[in-house]
Amino acid sequence: MATEWIMGLIGGVVIGIAVSLMLLWNGRVTGVSSIVYGVLVPIKGDIEWRWYFIVGLLIGGLSLKITAPELLAAELQTTAWIGSVAGVLVGFGAMLGGGCTSGHGVCGVSRVSPRSIVATIVFMAAGMAAVVLLRKTGLII
Amino acid sequence: MKYNIGALIVGLLFAIGLGMSGILQPANIIGFLDIFGKWNPTLLFTMAGAVGVHFITYKLIRKRKTPMFSKDWFIPTRQEITPALIIGSLIFGIGWGLGGYCPTVSVTTLASFETRPIIVFVSIISGMLLFWLLDKKTNLKSKLE
Repeated sequence: MATEWIMGLIGGVVIGIAVSLMLLWNGRVTGVSSIVYGVLVPIKGDIEWRWYFIVGLLIGGLSLKITAPELLAAELQTTAWIGSVAGVLVGFGAMLGGGCTSGHGVCGVSRVSPRSIVATIVFMAAGMAAVVLLRKTGLII
Repeated sequence: MKYNIGALIVGLLFAIGLGMSGILQPANIIGFLDIFGKWNPTLLFTMAGAVGVHFITYKLIRKRKTPMFSKDWFIPTRQEITPALIIGSLIFGIGWGLGGYCPTVSVTTLASFETRPIIVFVSIISGMLLFWLLDKKTNLKSKLE
């Protein structure tokens, strides 16, 4: 149990370094939903770097797959059907709310943006409510 | 080119950080949100690590006139709390709690070549396209700003 939170912290520091490099090098916020959306609904002249970032995420995922596959044990905790509905809500909500866990939760909270702090509190509370619902209905596997 | 390679390295590091912290496993996300069940604080430490580092680096980096590989900063400056922000975050949070996947995790776990991450990724993309379509037809977002 002790190693879990230490690894959680170290992983968080690495994420903090990653988003800091994005700011230092490219002057950008690392908002992953916006980066993906910008590839889906492209804005001319603002596409290439987004693909590079996504490829970076995938190379990172692949290197984990090779060195520590247990970290990628991405099993859903519920049925595939609920997982699909969940995904649609995540994609839709992130675009309406202007960000997700990376853009609001990490980058926005770090620069003490009131919008991001509110967004983070709201999505964490909503997530907690959703998990209560899953538990009550016995849909957590 | 530096700009693109920079983005690639950031993506790579981000994925490694997610992996190390254990939150590429939806069980750890659900566990964090499960405050009335068996609470798992891992994500809290990850958030604390990431925000702790970036809180300091943000101030230092913003002392520069420009970023290293770009002429301008692209940082949101808006302050107002709008219905779009609240409703969007609410919808996002419900989906996040139900599935245990945020967009970053869904992209990164595609590298596992397993079926379920693919299902979630495709549905997230569908949700984004649904937003795009609805927004184009009804100006949903500007109505809620």
